[in-house]
Amino acid sequence: MVPSYVPLSYYLMLGGFLFACGVVGFLIKRNIITIFMSIELMLNGVNLSFVAFAAHWHALAGQVFVFFVMVVAAAEAAVGLAIIIAVYRTRETLNVDQVNLLKL
Amino acid sequence: MHLILFLAFGAVCVGGAINLLAQRHPINSALSLIAVMAALAGEYLLLGAEFVAAVQVIVYAGAVMVLFVFVIMLLNAGEEEETKGSRVAILLGVPGMLTGSVLVAWVVLRQSGNEAVAIGALPGSPQDIAQLLFHDFLLPFEVTSVLILIAIMGAVVLASKPETPAGKAD
Repeated sequence: MVPSYVPLSYYLMLGGFLFACGVVGFLIKRNIITIFMSIELMLNGVNLSFVAFAAHWHALAGQVFVFFVMVVAAAEAAVGLAIIIAVYRTRETLNVDQVNLLKL
Repeated sequence: MHLILFLAFGAVCVGGAINLLAQRHPINSALSLIAVMAALAGEYLLLGAEFVAAVQVIVYAGAVMVLFVFVIMLLNAGEEEETKGSRVAILLGVPGMLTGSVLVAWVVLRQSGNEAVAIGALPGSPQDIAQLLFHDFLLPFEVTSVLILIAIMGAVVLASKPETPAGKAD
């Protein structure tokens, strides 16, 4: 018989796995856009934990925090991608290993 | 039933996250990230957070990822090449992820045991959330609007073409 509920720990493990994948992507990827996507993956993992805890403690504030995280993520994506465009314009590369000088 | 749905959406999440790491072309990574976000919206629905699920699809899988795909296509990003640094990073990063995941799973299983998340018990309707957002969290809400304004201005300033000095057109 399959239980009709999902333990909180399953949600937390899924969130932790997504966060760990984001950390690894941040470390092993060399394309600056993919590194950025890894950060979004980390934020998503944290959001899942927020919602799971909100459901567990019956506190709706956890869901409100998710909105704030989403706002920060959207602002970060807008500014970060603008920075990527600016970097690409001056260096003509997206590889972070070749972006190692503050001044050209 | 809930457990089966959780496992199905969770499998899409895990597969998408691993695919994001495995793909070399950024557009493939972006598409698998969209799959992860859509599956996460399903998980939010299972947790009774319907409004969060809708916003996840609209803002994350919609707006943010469209921005990513747009920039990837604008910059004509190709496959990333292997470098010495990336090989070192794989050697360090993959064991690091495995250790981190196992550690998190161990701590979580030890601490929380098998307590159930009661599904549908939480009122996650837009009305309840608006009550919180516009009443209890009014000040943070207003501060985020300032943050977004600054982000818009920053993006416009950063992405606009640098001004060329007069008489020196490039």
